[in-house]
Amino acid sequence: MGKNDFVSVEQISVGYGKTTVLDGLDLSIRKGEFVALLGSSGCGKTTLLRALAGFVKPDAGTIRVDGEDVTRLPPDRRGMALVFQSYALWPHMTVAQNIGYGLKLRGTPRAGIDRRVGELQELLGLAGLGSRKPTALSGGQRQRVALGRALAVDPSILLLDEPLSNLDARIRLKVRHDISALQKRLGITAVHVTHDREEAMVMADRIVILDAGRIAQQGAPEEVFNRPASPFVAAFMGAENVIALNGSVGGGRIAIDASDANAKAILPLDGRNLKSGGFEARFRTEGAQLIDDGMPVSEAVDALDLFGHVEAASYPGGAWRHSVRVGDDIMLIDAARPCAQGQAVRVRIPAKNLFLFNQQGRDSRPQPSSLNEGGAARVLEASHA
Amino acid sequence: MTRSIPWLARLASRFDLWWIPRAIVLGLLAFAIFGPLTNLLLWTVAERWYFPHAMPLDYGFSYWERVFSPRGTAMESLANSVVVASMTVMASMALAVPAGYALSRLELPFRALILLAFLVPQAFPNLPVYVNIARLFYQLGLNGTVTGVVLVHVTHGLVYAVWIATAAFSAIDTELEEAARSIGASALRTFRDVTLPLAAPGLLASAIFVFLESLDEFTGSYFVGAPDVNMLPLLLYTASAGGNYQIASITALLLLIPSVGFMLVVERFLRSDVLSKVGH
Repeated sequence: MGKNDFVSVEQISVGYGKTTVLDGLDLSIRKGEFVALLGSSGCGKTTLLRALAGFVKPDAGTIRVDGEDVTRLPPDRRGMALVFQSYALWPHMTVAQNIGYGLKLRGTPRAGIDRRVGELQELLGLAGLGSRKPTALSGGQRQRVALGRALAVDPSILLLDEPLSNLDARIRLKVRHDISALQKRLGITAVHVTHDREEAMVMADRIVILDAGRIAQQGAPEEVFNRPASPFVAAFMGAENVIALNGSVGGGRIAIDASDANAKAILPLDGRNLKSGGFEARFRTEGAQLIDDGMPVSEAVDALDLFGHVEAASYPGGAWRHSVRVGDDIMLIDAARPCAQGQAVRVRIPAKNLFLFNQQGRDSRPQPSSLNEGGAARVLEASHA
Repeated sequence: MTRSIPWLARLASRFDLWWIPRAIVLGLLAFAIFGPLTNLLLWTVAERWYFPHAMPLDYGFSYWERVFSPRGTAMESLANSVVVASMTVMASMALAVPAGYALSRLELPFRALILLAFLVPQAFPNLPVYVNIARLFYQLGLNGTVTGVVLVHVTHGLVYAVWIATAAFSAIDTELEEAARSIGASALRTFRDVTLPLAAPGLLASAIFVFLESLDEFTGSYFVGAPDVNMLPLLLYTASAGGNYQIASITALLLLIPSVGFMLVVERFLRSDVLSKVGH
């Protein structure tokens, strides 16, 4: 744990009954940093957030804020504020009362509360709604009241539990930017729980991907996106196309053996820790090119070619999405122009878009989650064409 | 046939013939509800009324004078009843609010068993239970005291109070409490500012049930209270047992006053959408 850490979570374990939710997890957060906890449902991200907030008592481990051990402190004495997925606005109080409640608790004089509530309403675009009850507000407005209520107490740490998941898609895009802009402006340390990859990428300084109670990978959005550390992270970050390869590592290069499904290829090792043998290769829909196999083909340089047939094509917008059969596997590949059904094609994946991992057990794939359902939907979408 | 008398078909199509059985059912229902009440009202102003006459022979208010005369016990009984009912409500709620909260929020072992335990006093025939209570209270010097009657009513009313209070607290999302905790409210402050106001309609409903149950309670009042503490149902019983339907009807009417009063309170403070949440 470095000296600059504002929040440090050390060896936290949480279990409900016999199930372990968090398993000896370490995490440190700098002051003013926006950290997104990303993972599928049941990965422990909400439990970690609730442990930080003080609503879950860890079985083992410590949580420190600014050097002080807060593990056993009750939620109200941790100087944090939690924004709930359900917003949890008090229906018997007006918008102004909801926002001002935290200040009232601190014995702030009436005039001071009114001033601060007015400021926050202005800041959050809630001006003139102070005397309304939360039930008379739209989803987006409620979300902002919940945010205002949390910000009113000037928390040292703002905890966000999927606060955007109940909003309309269009509002959500705007609110993402609003929240991260606000967080930067106020310099608050924020921990944001979400299962939405894009939301985490857009909002956070650092993404922490959780899998089965452990951190699978953490880093800046572009780092996690472009250099996934495991097949799980790669799949979670959208690299859903998967193929098994064989090859040998040597001299800073990976030599991929030719097979029925793929051509021989030499790829740069690029500092990756890989051993010779079986590989699991993953790439994104938009990370590959589709080349008509009938044409004379240029030699692949720092790229892997797969052989397949187009099974279907559809146009979801932007590019044509092809469902390509490679061996026994179906890949989804985007291309600028549609290819005819049954056409023999080459799928060319540049080395930088191809994520290689040493083959592990079959269970290294992510558990069924909303993301995978998304993947399934894409397959369906492609096969409908 | 319909073609030979087209006006009948037209009539049938214009008026849904189903209104006939509906009207009959509604009429019977209205009679079942308001019939006895009308009869009761008639008896309160009947001077002379005997078989085979369908209506009273003479009308007057002489029985009202007797009930409210200084020698009459009606006013004293009414006062007793209201005092006992109010005290029962206070005692029941004092127990039911913390008990209901604990049962709804805390992970108590045997939660269902505890809830069931409150039903136990109702599970046995009232009479032997109250006879035994009366014997016990006699030894403790509680027989014939307001405290004794209140205690009996509390055991009776607590089941409603605790069950409804538990339902009222269960209906409140714990996140609403956590939201208060997370921005600096202590557990007690959270209960006062968030939980209690949100549970208030349900708690009010449970208080009303306890109040009305206490007003109506007869067996316990009879064995523990009489003859020192006289309650309205006792007066009603004595009057009707003596064949004095006028006194009994007037007493019944008096019993209706707090009930109707409470119904107005319910109407005013509890909307049906709030009431429907009780028990969820």
